[in-house]
Amino acid sequence: MTKRKIQMMLSVNGEDHDVSFLPHRTLLEVLREDMQLTGTKHGCELGECGTCTVLVDGEPALSCLVLGLECAGKDIQTVEGLGTAGGPHPLQKRFAELNAAQCGYCTPGILMAAQSILTKDPTPDRETLREELAGNLCRCTGYLRIYEAIEMAAEDMQHGS
Amino acid sequence: MMRLPTFSYCAPDTAEEIAHILAEEGPAAQIVAGGTDLYPNMKRRQVEPKTVVSLARARALRGIEWRDDGSLRLGTSEPLRALERDPRLQSTLPALHQSVLSISTPVLRNMGTIGGNLCLDTRCQYLNQNFEWRRTINHCLKCSGDTCWTAPGSPKCWAVNSSDSVPVMIAMGAKLLLQGAAGRREVTAAEFFDVTDGREWIRRQPDEVMTDIVIPSQEGTRSVYLKLRRRDAYDFPVLGVAARITMDGDLVSDARIVLNAVGPAPVRCTEAEQALIGYRLNAETIGEAGNLSRRGAKPLDNTDYMPNYRKKMVPVFVRRALAALA
Repeated sequence: MTKRKIQMMLSVNGEDHDVSFLPHRTLLEVLREDMQLTGTKHGCELGECGTCTVLVDGEPALSCLVLGLECAGKDIQTVEGLGTAGGPHPLQKRFAELNAAQCGYCTPGILMAAQSILTKDPTPDRETLREELAGNLCRCTGYLRIYEAIEMAAEDMQHGS
Repeated sequence: MMRLPTFSYCAPDTAEEIAHILAEEGPAAQIVAGGTDLYPNMKRRQVEPKTVVSLARARALRGIEWRDDGSLRLGTSEPLRALERDPRLQSTLPALHQSVLSISTPVLRNMGTIGGNLCLDTRCQYLNQNFEWRRTINHCLKCSGDTCWTAPGSPKCWAVNSSDSVPVMIAMGAKLLLQGAAGRREVTAAEFFDVTDGREWIRRQPDEVMTDIVIPSQEGTRSVYLKLRRRDAYDFPVLGVAARITMDGDLVSDARIVLNAVGPAPVRCTEAEQALIGYRLNAETIGEAGNLSRRGAKPLDNTDYMPNYRKKMVPVFVRRALAALA
């Protein structure tokens, strides 16, 4: 039973995917290894670093601590659905401009967490950003560029650019 | 990749079904709610359940309901984030709100549940390590070894109850409802966590699932939760203090002071409480209660910070908590 793959539909970035995997596989493993969506990174895999953050029904979740099969019927958003190289999301554009991504490892998780923050609060203050991103560790930037990039992207999105 | 061990998974629709599956599977089954405690422990091979029973589909285990008598009923699988966002909880149960806000990070509070935090597995620096690390010390008493490396001469496990919500629930006189295969039972939070060994940190039978938490009306009381940790951004507590005071005019008529993260079980500071009842809450009585609170806490060297420092911080935090209520 535990060795038998399950087959299910997984909605990722607005598209239904027919996937099969073993029941103990985490969403992170399913995304990266079964669906080749490697934009979501694996870090500590114990819920401490936040780099594997994706949105599940609009709320940030750590894909290393969610089973793939627990996501049946849910809407998964990953960084692949945020923007493209030709048409980046305002967050991605500002992250690039400000060097808010240095080594880049934490970036996909922070982008997804930031997108969720801006959906709920289009003009978050610095304290809100600090609090909401407390679980997304970055060892390069010192966070300032990240906060600034999110604030600038928030303004861009307000003015529709 | 740190991968989960294999297991079979089920997500029953009702608490009764959950209890029946737990009864059939016995200790080889584990309950999962948010997964933020169980799955890391499984990845480190601290627990390797044959069956994982999820609470995700049991609708009756959800809900934040304020009742006419001012009491609050919480479904155990309600995410911590939902409690945090409840405006009435913030204004009427400040200590609970403070404790929930202090648990891990916003993302983990989206996933983790109040029942999960209450049942948080005990933690220890000799336990929360990967399998290879633990093998080099020949494992520990809580996880397939026969020595407690925190206290090698002791027959008991000294892993620490690191839940932020547990001391608050005890201070507020919460009741917990459990569904077993044979029926339901109610237990006070104080009884549920009254243990002496880190291997049995909650008094739950293998077939039982916690379904509801009922917090009686806290009208006429003031409460606070304070937490000591190395990183304020997020960390487990190395000392948690919940205090609740009831005043009759200028005098204290009831006091509850509960410590956590000082051992396998929360500690009620009964001597400190008694020293306050019938007196004003002033610098003198607060100082005396702080001094008396030191006695019950015996932190050992198995978590962050040195035990001497953590013990010294007990009266400091108790005084700060009481001063916040004065």
